[in-house]
Formats: sequence, C-alpha cells, structure tokens
Amino acid sequence: METPIEVSGLVKTFGRTRALDGLDLTVRAGEVHGFLGPNGAGKSTTIRALLGLLRTDAGAVRLLGGDPWRDAVALHRRLAYVPGDVTLWPNLSGGEVIDLLGRMRGGLDPARRAELLESFELDPRKKGRAYSKGNRQKVGLVAALASDVELLILDEPTSGLDPLMEEVFQHWVRRAKADGRTVLLSSHILAEVEALCDRVTIIRNGRDVETGTLTDLRHLRRTSIEAELTGPVDGLGKLAGVHDLRVDGARMRFDVENAALAAALRRLTEIGVRSLVSQPPTLEELFLRHYQAEPTVRS
Amino acid sequence: MSAFTGTRHLVRLILRRDRVVLPIWILLLAVLPASYAGTYAELYPTAAERAAYLAGTASNPSIVALLGPVYGDSVGALTVQRAGLLALIAALASVLTVVRHTRTEEEAGRRELLGATVLGRYAGLTAALLVTYAANLLLGLLAAAGLVAAGLPGAGSLLFGAGVALTGIVFATVGGLAAQLTESAAGARGTGLGVLGLAFVLRLAGDAGGSGGTGGSAEWLSWLSPLGWSARDRAFADERWWVLLLPVLFSAVVALVAYPVSVRRDLGGGVFPPRLGPATAGPRLVGPFGLAWRLHRGQLLGWTVGFGLLGLVLGGAADAAGEAVQGNQQVAEILARLGGTSALAEAYLGGTLSLTALAAAGYGIQAALRARAEETAGRAEPLLATAVSRSRWLAAHLLFALLGPAVVLSVTGLATGLAYGLSSGDVGGELPRLLGAGLAQVPAAWVLAGLAALLVGWLPRFSAGAWAVLAGCLLLGQLGAVLELDQWALDISPFTHTPQVLGSGWTATPLVALAAVTAALVTLALRTFQTRDIPTP
Repeated sequence: METPIEVSGLVKTFGRTRALDGLDLTVRAGEVHGFLGPNGAGKSTTIRALLGLLRTDAGAVRLLGGDPWRDAVALHRRLAYVPGDVTLWPNLSGGEVIDLLGRMRGGLDPARRAELLESFELDPRKKGRAYSKGNRQKVGLVAALASDVELLILDEPTSGLDPLMEEVFQHWVRRAKADGRTVLLSSHILAEVEALCDRVTIIRNGRDVETGTLTDLRHLRRTSIEAELTGPVDGLGKLAGVHDLRVDGARMRFDVENAALAAALRRLTEIGVRSLVSQPPTLEELFLRHYQAEPTVRS
Repeated sequence: MSAFTGTRHLVRLILRRDRVVLPIWILLLAVLPASYAGTYAELYPTAAERAAYLAGTASNPSIVALLGPVYGDSVGALTVQRAGLLALIAALASVLTVVRHTRTEEEAGRRELLGATVLGRYAGLTAALLVTYAANLLLGLLAAAGLVAAGLPGAGSLLFGAGVALTGIVFATVGGLAAQLTESAAGARGTGLGVLGLAFVLRLAGDAGGSGGTGGSAEWLSWLSPLGWSARDRAFADERWWVLLLPVLFSAVVALVAYPVSVRRDLGGGVFPPRLGPATAGPRLVGPFGLAWRLHRGQLLGWTVGFGLLGLVLGGAADAAGEAVQGNQQVAEILARLGGTSALAEAYLGGTLSLTALAAAGYGIQAALRARAEETAGRAEPLLATAVSRSRWLAAHLLFALLGPAVVLSVTGLATGLAYGLSSGDVGGELPRLLGAGLAQVPAAWVLAGLAALLVGWLPRFSAGAWAVLAGCLLLGQLGAVLELDQWALDISPFTHTPQVLGSGWTATPLVALAAVTAALVTLALRTFQTRDIPTP
C-alpha cells in the first residue's frame, strides 16, 4: 500500500519569510498522525502545500502517490479537508454547503451524513451567517467525514467545539481509522492528540523537530522526581542530566534525563529518602519544551 | 454610566478605520458642484445663452426626471440641477457608512468585543450617526465654499450645501434604523438601499413630465421623497429655507424609532428573525457553476430589473426631449456643439446608453472581483481542495462578470427601445435599433471586466485597481471632450471605440477587436491563476 503523505526537504518562502525550511513528514497508510507546533510554525502552510494550493520552492511532496500540484483534481477526489476556520456563504444553509462540498468531491454517504448531523447536533437549515464558530466547524467536519475518501486532512478542526462535541469528533475519527482511512490531524489540543494519534510530528519554525509514537517521544525524555529527603540536598544539581532542581526545605523536585536516572536515584538513597514520587513527563511538558525552546522568543 | 458612555472612543475608532475612505468621498463629491458651475459659466456666459439652454435642455422633461427640476436660468440654478444626483450619492454613501459601522460590526462579532468594555447602550449607533452626520455637514460646507469660490452668491451656495448635507443625514438615519431590523449586514444594506431606491423612484415619477420650475402634474410625489426636498429649497432662485426643516424633522422621527429598537433587541439579534434554509441542497447546486449561480443570481436579477425600469423611464422621456427641440434653431446649434448629433432625442439616448455601459462595466468588475473576495474570505480554499480545478472555479465567476453586463445592456436597450417606440409610434423600428445600440456597448464593458479578471488571476493584491480604471474611463468620457484631450488619450478608454450605432455608417470592426481583447484578458487571467498561491494575502 502506498504511503499517503511523503514530504521531504520542503521549503516555502513568502517574500523574505521562510515559512517552511526543510520539512520532512511521513504519514503511513491507516494511521492517525498528529501534526503539532506553535502558532506560525508552518502547519497550515504544509497542509496547503499538500493540497496543491501553494507552489513550493524546494523539496519533494507526494500525496496519495501523486504530485499534489500537478494532479490536484484527481487527488482531491480521494481526500477531504477541513480548514481551521471554516467560513460559509452567508446565504447558503449548512445542509446546502455539506451537499455542495460532497458533490464536488464526488459524492457523500447520505446515511452517514444523517448520522453525523445527529451526533454533532447540527441544524442544517440555518443560513451560513447564522452559525456560531463552533457550528461552522461542524459543517466542515460533517462534509468531510460523510465523504467516501481515503485521506482526511484536518487543520485544527475542533477549534470552537465544546468538550462534548470534542468527544463526538474523537468517536468519528476513530471510526474513520477503523474504516481504514488515513488522518492527518493538526491540533493544539493535547488530550485530543493523546487520545487519537498513533504517531506525531512536531514542527517549529518550518522544520520538523520530532517524529514518532507518543510512547517513543516520552521514553526518550525525562522523568520528574519529587522526593522528601532525610539529609541535606548535596551535589544533586551538579549531576549531569538533572534539570530544574527546586528545593523547599526537605522536599525537592527535579527532572532527570532517563540516561541519568540511575545515578540520580543512587545519590538520593545516599542522602536518605523519606518519600519518592516519580512520573513520566506529561505530554504537555514535552510540547512546552519544544514550543518554547530557543530563539522563538525574540525582542 | 449613561447610555452614551464610550461614544467618543467609538467615534475615534470609526475615524481611524475610515481615515482614507471618508475624506475621499467627501472631497470627490464636494468639488463636483463648483466644477459644474465653472463649466456653465464658461459654456454659457450670457443670460441669453443660458435661457436658451434652459428652454432646450435643462427644462426638458427627461432631464428634469433624471436630475430634478430647475428654477431659473442663473448659473447657480443650472448648477443646482446638474448636481441633482449629488444628494443621491451622498445618501448612498451615508447608508453604507452607517450600516458598515453598526450591523456589519455586530455580525462580525467585533461589537461584542467592545460591548464587554465600558460602553453605553446607545454608543454604537450614536457614534456611527455622529461621524456620518459630520461627514455630510462637511461635504455640504465644502460644496458651498466651492460654489462661492466659483463666484456664486453666498446664501444660495449655503442653502444648496445644506440641502445636500441634510439629504445625506436623512439616509444616514435610515441606515441606522435598517441596521436594527435584520441580523445580517446584507439585509440592513438591502433595506437601506431599498428605501433609497423607493425615494428615487418617487422623485423621478414626481418630476417626470415636469419642465422648468413647474414640476410634473404629480409633483406631490416628489414632496413625499426625501430625495426631492433638496431641489425644492430653490437655491439661487426664490430661496425657501423652511424646506430644510423637512429633512431635519424626518431624521428626528426615524432616529426616535431607531433608538428604542436598538435597545429592545439582543446584541447580534434583529427585529426580524432570520429565515431558515433547506436542509439539503437542491439538484442544481452542483459544482462551481451551480454555486456561482447561487452567489450571483440575486445581483443579476436586481441589475436586470433596475436597468429595465430605468430604460423604460428614460426611453419614455426621450420622445418629449426630441419634440422640445424642434423649431429651436439656437438650441439645436448648442446641441451640435455639445454632442455632435443633430437630434436631441438621439443625443440623449446615446448619452444614457453610454452611462449605462459604464454602470454595466462596474457590475462586470464587481462580479469578477467576487472571485477575489471569495478567496480572501477563505471560501475558495475548501472548494479548491475538492475535485474542482482552479480554472473551472474562476471561470464560474468570470461567466457572470461577462454575462451580467451583456444581460443588463440588452435589457436596457430593449426597455428603452420599447418605451421610446411606444411614445414615438414605431416599436418595430426602435426596439431592434436600441437593442442593437445596447448590445454595441457590451464589448467595451467586457474589456473592463476582463481587466478585473486578469488582476484577480495575476496581481490579486491590486485587483481593486480595476475600479480606478473604471473611474479613469468615466473621466475620459465625461471630461475628455471638455478638456480637449488628444485623441490618443481618449483612445485609452475602450468606450471611445464603441461605435454610435444610433448614427449611420458604423462598422463592427472595433467591436470585434474589443471582444478579442476581452478574450485575451480572460485567457491570461485563467492561465495566471493556475500558477499562483492560494490564498495570496
């Protein structure tokens, strides 16, 4: 089976800005692939390049085995896209937009359309101008999820949805995966990524900085230790691989790289441990480290 | 906290947002009357010449119907009539400005952002009205100052300026009320412009058939229309300042309705609830052309009906225009000097058709730019991510940019020919002749639509430049002869090449050439659109 999305060394510049700077991204068939990164990292630009909407400056992009720029029309029959900010025609009803987009893609499943409308609690008779932000997103989601396509490209699709609808969304993405579809999910919502994604790619400043399964990413990383000691905290801060050491009387907490975990624990037992809690890093911490790192903060 | 708290901040916000648009329309409109006055003073320096012009042209029923009545043959009185559409344009700008800063803001959700700050209930409406009132007063003052500078009496100048300003103020207030009624800005604009259209038709009907200062037999209709009031203050004649009370009172009444309504409804809500649409798409809503039909059909219908009616009115008045000139040698000479055609009716029909052609070109430009508007609004991207090619998507919009002007001009030609034929007793002859004259204008209008299309495809950031080109063509057409510009300069405008089909001995060559230019522009537009980024910011 072909790889649905293969991007390597992708470069896209807008004037002097280098929006994409050598990006690699591989999405395997049948997986839900999370695509994460801070605002302005280049997620939407990548997606537009995948859709053949942008002309790229360098690098290779393969989409469903074709060239997204040259074979746009043929490839688009096999995918559905939901932008992060769905805008509707003010005088068309939601139902009309769903059908229009479906017909333009080559048809949608009427039974699934009805089921989607019900589970998203969307009134398809309202005019475009009358929908709230969340309901506009639902229109885009119903249109995409009701289509018979191999690949779903979702660009922060749940912005504006309430937690209940977030659940519904996750249900439908799982169902799409169970049906054998591939999903590229750009998202800011960590719980969503954690719940849905097989693999993730983190992008910053137009470049992929991390790719792998969530377990991979976590295990490569640090462990948080919280301990209450019987003796004075000595020499711990000097150990290689120990970060963010904070001491509050006898209590202390720090992060340690997994390679240095054994040495750190040895030092703790030497001092004397009254209590100890160790935690794998939360996904949140993982992202924050990538999101904040280095020169993104400029004055 | 009073209901008006925060008005000051909103006024500053509006001034900041409109800092370009507002001065432009004020200045453009303000210089017009003085330029008319200068032209009249130059063309008809003596009282006798002006009297002849008054008898032959200015008091002609069709001119009176279009521009309004004329009271006397002074330069001032003639100028007031010539500037009769000024109040209409000021009214139009006022409706749009007020709706833009009230309902459009609410619809976009920006008012909510501000509403959470310290803002009185009346502040939004008040700020929009204040700014628009002030703009109109400034326009009136500048126009009056321009007339004084052109050598006209001060009192008449001031009365004229006040009339124009108060007309704008009336419709600003109407716009303020319309903005309270519907949830959508489009609905509010439609309501406001509908009232304006009704006022124009009332005035037109009231003034039609009238000549000189007498007005038509149905002049009472003009008194019902806020657009009829400014002429009836009779600036530069037996000035009647009390007429200015009418717009003041009318505005006050409308505002007294608008303010209570504005607080009785919810933010974002309207007095009239929005209507629901169908739950599924009909069989015709397929593909980019089905969508384009839905997006453009309302406008196509509106333009067609509007210009059909206008054609009926103008065609019906043309015969009277022709009769008025018979046996008046002096007027005929002046006309020959002005337009070069022997018969007034012919000159009149030719003139109205070429103005219609400009309007139709404006429609074509707007329809072509709709594609760009769709792109910047983010509505092109999801469609182009489906199995729709770029060229089909753009072609769907361009179809209406070309079809629209063609339909409008044929309907105008047909309606004019029908009405003129009925009044002159030769429908069989006039109908095809004027339909032909209307159709002959189509290729020139297409060139401008094609140019707008090319900008959308190739230089999207500059696509609004098509409007500047239209303005240039309007200036060349209206002022080119007066300024005695060289032929090459006049030749820049595609409308210069449109043959006067009404006269004899025209050839199809320039029409074919213009159509070929259009085809080239559209082809280039489709081709350049293939290779650019979407969306281009």
